[in-house]
Amino acid sequence: MSANPSAANGTPLQSPSTKTTRATCPYCGTGCGVLIESRQGRIINVQGDPQHPANFGRLCTKGSTLHLTAADTVTQQTRLLVPMRRDQRGEAPAPIAWDTAMEEAADKFAAIIRQHGPDAVGFYGSGQLLTEDYYVLNKLAKGLIGTNNVDTNSRLCMSSAVAGYKATLGSDAPPACYEDFNHAQTMFIVGANTAYAHPILFRRIEDARRANPAMKLIVVDPRRTETADMADLFLQILPGTDVALFHGMLHVLIADGMIDAAYVNQHTQGFEALQDIVRDYTPDSVASTCGIPVADLILAARWFGAQTPTLSLYCQGLNQSSRGTDKNAALINLHLATGQIGIPGAGPFSLTGQPNAMGGREVGGMANLLSGHRDLSNPQHRSEVAALWGVDEVPAQPGQTAVEMFEAAARGEIKALWIACTNPAQSLPDQATVRKALEKAEFVVVQEAFGTTATCAFADILLPATTWGEKDGTVTNSERRISRVQAAVQPSGESRHDWAILTDFGRRLEKRLTQRTAHYRAGINTLFPYDTPESVWNEHRESTRGRDLDITGLSYGMLEASGPQQWPLPEGAGAGQARLYANGVFPTADGKARFAAINYEPVSEPPDQRYPYSLNTGRLRDQWHGMSRTGTLGRLFGHVSEPAIDIHPDDLTRMGLQPGDLVEVASRRGQIVIPVQPSGTIAPMQAFIAMHWGEEYLSGLDNQGQAMSGVNALTVPVFCPQSKQPELKHAAITITPPTLPWRLLAVAWLPESEALAVREALKPLMSAFAFTSCVPFGREPHEKGKVGVLFRAAGIEAASMDVIARIEALMGIDGVDVLRYQDKHRGQHRAMRMERSEEGLKLAAFLMAGDISAEAWIRPLLQDELVADAYGRALLAPGATPPVAIASKGRQVCTCFNVTEPAIIETLASCQGSTDARLQQLQGALKCGTNCGSCIPALRQLVKLHPATASAT
Amino acid sequence: MKKMKLVMVGNGMAGVRTLEELLKVAPDLYEITVFGAEPHPNYNRILLSPVLAGEQTLDEIILNPLSWYAEHGITLHRNKKVVSVDRTRRLVTAQDGTEAEYDRLLLATGSTPFVLPVPGKDLEGVIAYRDIADTNRMIDTARTHKHAVVIGGGLLGLEAANGLMLRGMEVTVVHIAPWLMERQLDEVSAKLLQRSLEERGLKFRIGAQTQELVGDENGRVQSVKFKDGTQVTADLVVMAAGIRPNTELAEKIGIHCNRGIVVTDTMQTVTDPRVYSVGECAAHRGIAYGLVAPLFEQGKVCANHLAQFGIGRYMGSQTSTKLKVTGIDLFSAGDFMGGEGTEEIVLSDPFGGVYKKLVLKGNKLVGACMYGDTADGSYYFKLIREGTCINDKRDRLMFGESNIVGVGHEGQSRCPSI
Repeated sequence: MSANPSAANGTPLQSPSTKTTRATCPYCGTGCGVLIESRQGRIINVQGDPQHPANFGRLCTKGSTLHLTAADTVTQQTRLLVPMRRDQRGEAPAPIAWDTAMEEAADKFAAIIRQHGPDAVGFYGSGQLLTEDYYVLNKLAKGLIGTNNVDTNSRLCMSSAVAGYKATLGSDAPPACYEDFNHAQTMFIVGANTAYAHPILFRRIEDARRANPAMKLIVVDPRRTETADMADLFLQILPGTDVALFHGMLHVLIADGMIDAAYVNQHTQGFEALQDIVRDYTPDSVASTCGIPVADLILAARWFGAQTPTLSLYCQGLNQSSRGTDKNAALINLHLATGQIGIPGAGPFSLTGQPNAMGGREVGGMANLLSGHRDLSNPQHRSEVAALWGVDEVPAQPGQTAVEMFEAAARGEIKALWIACTNPAQSLPDQATVRKALEKAEFVVVQEAFGTTATCAFADILLPATTWGEKDGTVTNSERRISRVQAAVQPSGESRHDWAILTDFGRRLEKRLTQRTAHYRAGINTLFPYDTPESVWNEHRESTRGRDLDITGLSYGMLEASGPQQWPLPEGAGAGQARLYANGVFPTADGKARFAAINYEPVSEPPDQRYPYSLNTGRLRDQWHGMSRTGTLGRLFGHVSEPAIDIHPDDLTRMGLQPGDLVEVASRRGQIVIPVQPSGTIAPMQAFIAMHWGEEYLSGLDNQGQAMSGVNALTVPVFCPQSKQPELKHAAITITPPTLPWRLLAVAWLPESEALAVREALKPLMSAFAFTSCVPFGREPHEKGKVGVLFRAAGIEAASMDVIARIEALMGIDGVDVLRYQDKHRGQHRAMRMERSEEGLKLAAFLMAGDISAEAWIRPLLQDELVADAYGRALLAPGATPPVAIASKGRQVCTCFNVTEPAIIETLASCQGSTDARLQQLQGALKCGTNCGSCIPALRQLVKLHPATASAT
Repeated sequence: MKKMKLVMVGNGMAGVRTLEELLKVAPDLYEITVFGAEPHPNYNRILLSPVLAGEQTLDEIILNPLSWYAEHGITLHRNKKVVSVDRTRRLVTAQDGTEAEYDRLLLATGSTPFVLPVPGKDLEGVIAYRDIADTNRMIDTARTHKHAVVIGGGLLGLEAANGLMLRGMEVTVVHIAPWLMERQLDEVSAKLLQRSLEERGLKFRIGAQTQELVGDENGRVQSVKFKDGTQVTADLVVMAAGIRPNTELAEKIGIHCNRGIVVTDTMQTVTDPRVYSVGECAAHRGIAYGLVAPLFEQGKVCANHLAQFGIGRYMGSQTSTKLKVTGIDLFSAGDFMGGEGTEEIVLSDPFGGVYKKLVLKGNKLVGACMYGDTADGSYYFKLIREGTCINDKRDRLMFGESNIVGVGHEGQSRCPSI
């Protein structure tokens, strides 16, 4: 028992039995440091690490709720806790012993390699693996098996940034650092919704602007995001026209004589060729290509060139593109031409999507890379790595990258897939092909922490991996900063560390691939002599010697003693390097950077008459990737509660649709059904669907009777020829209202120990309707330990009573306390389960089918846990108007303190003065936005929208 | 000119209502004579239950005081049971020899309680529940005895049981059918009713078959014995196992009877056009009605023809039921059991103790069965009788004429389930 009872409520308060462990947040590439508090082997709280240079103690909505995602209730319901095997695809997997699982995996892989050669297998990893995991994965494929078919979801994330840096600066190294925010005079944010995707960096940007009001913020994005709302200048360009914009700006810079000729001459090559190209990019033509006012283009160029130093921040808007490398390079052109690089407050700063995409790049864990920023295509590099590893060679032939790997599997060329720490059945474009690949593959191993991902359903063998709070190793964040990640608690169930699983697998495979091991250098009997993550890391460190990312001066000890360090940090150096290229010398043969003389190319699938809308995808503020972790918390659905497609209000009106109506969204590759909502952030004839909504949350049966696989059923597999990164940010789609008159909505508060399991149990029913979505809601920790589950469906006709009864049983809408209304022949069905409380009867769960217009008032009644005594049988009445007025708490704006919009608007009426002053008063009054601050941009909008009432003056 | 003679046999609600209707349209057409077997003027038989329950007095349920008969020059023979009719001489003769000639004869002899043909049915303390006399005997017995058994869990039986309970007796209701009031309720509502009555103190033997009434040495009933061998103590047994049309006289005088005195749509007997019949004794299109509403409809038609207007036909009635047990709201009408070719809308509210079922055929409401909230009973009954098309209001139909529910009319057992 805890020696200190007052610590039992999970407050950060220290107590003798409370242990604090340093680690990092497993979400975005900001790489925030966290302090994990644990007691008796259980994680009880998380705080930002005040000493970590990425966040100085801050955490966003996602980071500050990490400990809740590690609660026993969540672990028991969602984690993969024992190895499992599926005898038949489509059947439920059964637990097996680790040894059995690993032996079978090794046998299958060895057999396929012997029969079809090393390139018949593929490894697909993740930017969320730690550097050590990544290193072993890479060595396993390239060193032991002898295939370069090893790639990761970083391919969907950062490979265009990698290729962009290498094409211009000579190496994959972001030259700037977070500290530069405080020195920049102009901040140029392109294709990045920092407010959502990197909230803590956005806090730092807000701080920097407060400290330096003269700083200009330019935001370029097809959507008017919360980031754009903050901008002094917002350029709402047409999708994919970034290169034209950058060339247009360069054109203006040249015309206005804002080029740093000296820098260009001394430190770069190829400016003339580029100049010849941009000559044609006149402001007028560019303005019309990008769909922005000429004046804005010119102003952007002038701020960029004149109000220096200028720092560019960019992310998936540039990367996830069929011209991703060009977009990155064209932006870097601007920095080279103006000499805005290598000095404080300047540089092209690529923000990383994932927590350790950088680490993966460092160990060369990609199909075209080798350890220590080496290149497969370079024979010198290959022999260096072969020497390091003690093998006679590493294969020269570039491997299959993410999209190619699954296309190859769909063609039957790759016969065995090993998937670790990622969810391709959710995240890859063109899901039809991905699923074909997973079905066709002879053998699929999924090494995962969570058993709830779509990909798990395709696995022959499931291997339970450790995850946040349990893992031990290192990660590198966007600013080249390496942090130690230490384990706060023991692995859950029988789960094992990823590096250890791969090491075990490697050793078993070595026994079977003797013709490979025969060529090991004398004295080497295994490529996997690892007993700790540190032993792996030390080998990786050695591979960086003499490279641009040289960290031979770094050690686990140093990271633990003096905290996170930036690379390079060569032997002898006391500290890492904050900025690169201060001396203007670049890691190229002649030390000069290269201008990229390229032309603007439009998106790979331009809208046409059949598919007139441009679909954009991206992140939500409070969700992460496939939501295997964030999706376990109802409170993270407070910001955006259900899947939806955002379109321009005029398009909604033109189609005669109401907010919330279902629409069928189709591309050339697939279709989904999803509710539509108008959004001021979207330009006409464009649309946005969050990248998170996979089949785990959004499904239904398509016209061919196939289960619909979420947003990526629509996206294009076309990728950038250099970076091989697919164009997830643009697909041509059509939006049509389907005829699905019959609706079903089931909503229930359930015990936290059951809710997530119930959601899993509901999944099979998601393909029983033409449309379904299923999400949790709530606010952990809930005072009564409840978590909400919402199941929504639609169909052409009423579902069978059997299906409805199954849903009711799963959601606890049974027993004696249920009010019921049923008109079977009309498909009208309503059931309300009531629960007694001190205040009176409350609605604990309900299911309504047929006409669900009553959702408008019944749902708030349940979600806000209001007393329902006054309603009686009126709860069963149809229609959107409540028989008794309802005081709904309204939309939640601040997740941390559960502050809702109505409360904020009410308070704002009496907040006086400037926007900032009123925001402060608001925060003083309601505490909203005073914890993680992720909602501050939203609060700022509300402040602008709701002036103080005259009476209050 | 000389008036025609109308003689009515039976002085009950249906018959007297017929006279009232007749006097309205043809006050001077007949010289009217009425024979009644009971000593009382016409009273409201339906309100015997409230009298038994002590909620009303006998005087309060008198419908037509003796003065009314006098006012309209009606000759009333009380306590005189008619024993024969000479249809050729058109002469009515009572037990005591009193005679009356007629041009038109109206048989309104009503019904008699069905008495189970079991041993002991004639013991002292075994009674039927039909008239004021029965009611008084129950009231008296309740003063002196403790244990009552009511045989028959229909409308009448439950009202009797409730009344006796309110008068302090321990009452067990014996019912042979699988659920109470099976002709007025479906199983769900019947179970709600039973639970609610049990909470009030009534005991039930559902499905039990009475084998014998056991008497004591004084010839008074002391217990009821069932086929399964079990017994229930009883010093009062009330037979409420249903009624039978009283056709004793009609059959004796050669009027065609078949589960009642067979009448046409003009309420004339098929045997003798001078002889009419209304009320529980009359079988119209094979149905002898036991509820008051249809009988009044019959009376209206019958009066019209007696008045020689010859218009209006009785086409049969949709019936509706209400149980007169205070605090229990229960209503059923039409084809409330549904089944082949019908559709159902069902609502249940365990907290309000409410159950409602609407039965639809095509676009019409054909039946309703409600427990706990009968506020809209008359509304539904109207829709049923008038065969109104309900397509436009189907989705809100259940929520009543005003579309507002949840106000009052709650059943007793608010939370029966907990």
